[in-house]
Amino acid sequence: MNLDAKIPEGPLVEKWTRHKFNIKLVNPANKRKYDIIVIGTGLAGASAAASLAELGYNIKSFCFQDSPRRAHSIAAQGGINASKNYQNDGDSDYRLFYDTIKGGDYRSREANVYRLAEVSSSIIDQCVAQGVPFAREYGGLLDNRSFGGAQVSRTFYARGQTGQQLLLGAYSAISRQIANSKVQIFPRTEMLDLVLVDGQARGVVVRDLVTGKIESHSSHAVILSTGGYGNVFYLSTNAMASNATAAWRAHKRGALFANPCFTQIHPTCIPVSGEHQSKLTLMSESLRNDGRIWVPKKGIRGLTAKDALRIPEEERDYFLERRYPAFGNLVPRDVASRNAKMVCDEGRGVGATGLAVFLDFADTIQRDGRDVIEQKYGNLFDMYKQITADDPYNVPMMIYPAVHYTMGGLWVDYNLMTNIHGLYALGECNFSDHGANRLGASALMQGLADGYFVIPYTIGDYLANMPYRKISVDHEAFQLAEKHVKDRIENLLNINGNRTVDDFHKELGKIMWDYCGMSRNEEGLKHAKQEVIKLRDEFWKDLKVIGTHEELNMSLEKANRVADFFELGELMIDDALQRSESCGGHFREESQTEEGEALRIDDEFSFVAAWKFTGKDQPEELIKEELIFENVKLTQRSYK
Amino acid sequence: MYFKLKIWRQKSPEDKGGFQFYELDDVSPDMSFLEMIDVLNESLEIKGVEPVHFDHDCREGICGTCSMFINGRPHGPQRGVTTCQLHMRSFNDGDTITIEPWRARSFPVIKDLVVDRSAFDRIIQAGGFVSVSTGGVPDANEIPISTNIANEAMDAASCIGCGACVAACKNASAMLFVAAKISQLALLPQGKIEAASRAENMVVQMDSEGFGTCTNTEACVAECPKEIGLVHIARMNREYFFAKQSSENISLR
Repeated sequence: MNLDAKIPEGPLVEKWTRHKFNIKLVNPANKRKYDIIVIGTGLAGASAAASLAELGYNIKSFCFQDSPRRAHSIAAQGGINASKNYQNDGDSDYRLFYDTIKGGDYRSREANVYRLAEVSSSIIDQCVAQGVPFAREYGGLLDNRSFGGAQVSRTFYARGQTGQQLLLGAYSAISRQIANSKVQIFPRTEMLDLVLVDGQARGVVVRDLVTGKIESHSSHAVILSTGGYGNVFYLSTNAMASNATAAWRAHKRGALFANPCFTQIHPTCIPVSGEHQSKLTLMSESLRNDGRIWVPKKGIRGLTAKDALRIPEEERDYFLERRYPAFGNLVPRDVASRNAKMVCDEGRGVGATGLAVFLDFADTIQRDGRDVIEQKYGNLFDMYKQITADDPYNVPMMIYPAVHYTMGGLWVDYNLMTNIHGLYALGECNFSDHGANRLGASALMQGLADGYFVIPYTIGDYLANMPYRKISVDHEAFQLAEKHVKDRIENLLNINGNRTVDDFHKELGKIMWDYCGMSRNEEGLKHAKQEVIKLRDEFWKDLKVIGTHEELNMSLEKANRVADFFELGELMIDDALQRSESCGGHFREESQTEEGEALRIDDEFSFVAAWKFTGKDQPEELIKEELIFENVKLTQRSYK
Repeated sequence: MYFKLKIWRQKSPEDKGGFQFYELDDVSPDMSFLEMIDVLNESLEIKGVEPVHFDHDCREGICGTCSMFINGRPHGPQRGVTTCQLHMRSFNDGDTITIEPWRARSFPVIKDLVVDRSAFDRIIQAGGFVSVSTGGVPDANEIPISTNIANEAMDAASCIGCGACVAACKNASAMLFVAAKISQLALLPQGKIEAASRAENMVVQMDSEGFGTCTNTEACVAECPKEIGLVHIARMNREYFFAKQSSENISLR
């Protein structure tokens, strides 16, 4: 199988413009003859559904939440990047492109990333026009802040609730199209299979989560915008119900899954407090603009935030400022996370568990005043206090890295189409733009770029060649897929074992975090693979799901998702094993510099690892897409 | 910590429903309220009893999914927090805690503590947007907005659509929810063009969904986890009366 990324010819900066001119268009009057299914209503899904409906296509939009407004994009805090150069600090499309390629440790495609930078400014314009209340300067113009991995201020924000405001903007756009009857919305409905007819994606099988009814929907194309798979780890900053099921079922129908081992561990999360913990809460990266990260020079067991005040300046180690004077506390996420782990492994971690570092605002509060900090981060400080009972205005925060984002995802070409014709993947659910590490404030940018400004153009190129004829859901392919879905649900309900789905999920998460988390090695990965397989067998023998299929049954929903996490977890391990270099968020202990930084091996690993499902219990086949760099020179990343 | 839990159980929309009592021991004060329910559900499932169904997702207080009526108050005893951000340290050892779903005719119960809030979506669809399509919009800095207006709009836009305002109100009025959106968009220059028709259309939809009227008890404001202020209801009323009285509003659907 040969992978063609369909990168347009020509110089980098002209590729997208040329491509837009060269691709086929669908006549406005003919757009209404095409039906498109969009799964997920986060930034990518809602913006795609709204934009495509505005063009005239008929959209069916599905989300498992009770309302499209609740997709997990809503929880993004810090901001969204755009190369507006409003600050006159030397930003440009090229600089945003360069920072993103470098930040991703040279494991993403130049052409895709440049296009992302190129459309970034339009996103801000679009959101402002929708009424998104971005932060403003006193003169009424838009304000910016800095984020990790960049030396310019290009991040637009709405307090600590940027994701919420952008999502509500996209939600308002999709709501308008629902009112116009161009979008049909199906909340509390989960996609459980993809339907192919003659090799093309022609529909989906879904389950109505309230009634349990299994239904088929037919279309001319299917767009997945279903987010990432961080919940493989059980504990993550994802929402409780975030899952990989739609993407994984598409994978099992033939869509390649790319770079599954590229997961992002976010450096600033509230540390785990006990066994009961159900999820982890992020403290926005923007806090690293003003907070200073430190641990004591000598380890002290059980150091509390209050005790920290008594530790004199000369006994503190501001380890990021010390090791990376140029970027200081604003090094990229993978670097910040790994360093926090390192000092904790040295026994210098703080808090009851020793798995935390301080994030201290004392200096900034003294310099700028409490008001300024309150204005910038008020809601984050309140949230921190609510969860930990410590007041960060008076004592330092305690933070520790946590699983946050997955750079890997379904393989897509330049048009965002997977290797299955007519199946597209947008936002976090594709692998495309972030390489081995995503920079802060780039996820919102990518989700909205894909939905507002890429898919509306590229999908036309495919549909222009499609006949208008619709396929009935009575077609054999739909019937077979429905049966497949029903059988699996029956199987889950019939196991009648002794262990709950959460119990299994927690154990899976622990294996993944211990061996396929912030730091990985061959022996650990091989061990983890055996453990995951063993646990998966036990899951299918000893799972207990109460209730029936024909009703709202949240345990059944979870079981369905966790069953997929087991398979995806195994693939993540396989991918981490084959990639014996370190790059970005993927740190292989066998491959590091003398200073303990990630050491890439470009000669061997400058490729996208795309995995092909070959059958139940069969090893997946690795297909490589070589990465070609014509514009940037590959260097060892340095933030010193 | 030890708690007695009195929880509303209702198998389906048609079922009459009723309270069930449960006891829970070894609860950590650091647990969130929902983690406490997780622990209860684990123990129920092991015993072969169907777990308590409740809506939840982000557990960071921003998605607006969680919706528990705890000891007679939406989202429980603490001001300005959602159920998912409420921690057991806010209760006393040995307390009996009563947990119910949102109670409002416009939010029918689906199962146990899960209710149907799609009425809110339909109100937004009636006009809670600026009618701009993708592309062809002016440069973002061509629409300057003073910081105090941007801040006031942001306060309104912070609404998470959880429905606590409706649950708190003795009339089950949705005024605070509707006002938050009308106020946000009326404050901003981008939303001014459609302000009049928006106010009218959203109010018509709100009424047709069966929400009650506002009698200014301010219970919604007291219970809103995002502390949306009464001023937005005042602004909504002004927009609505203006729309009714002016001849400018010719676009009413």
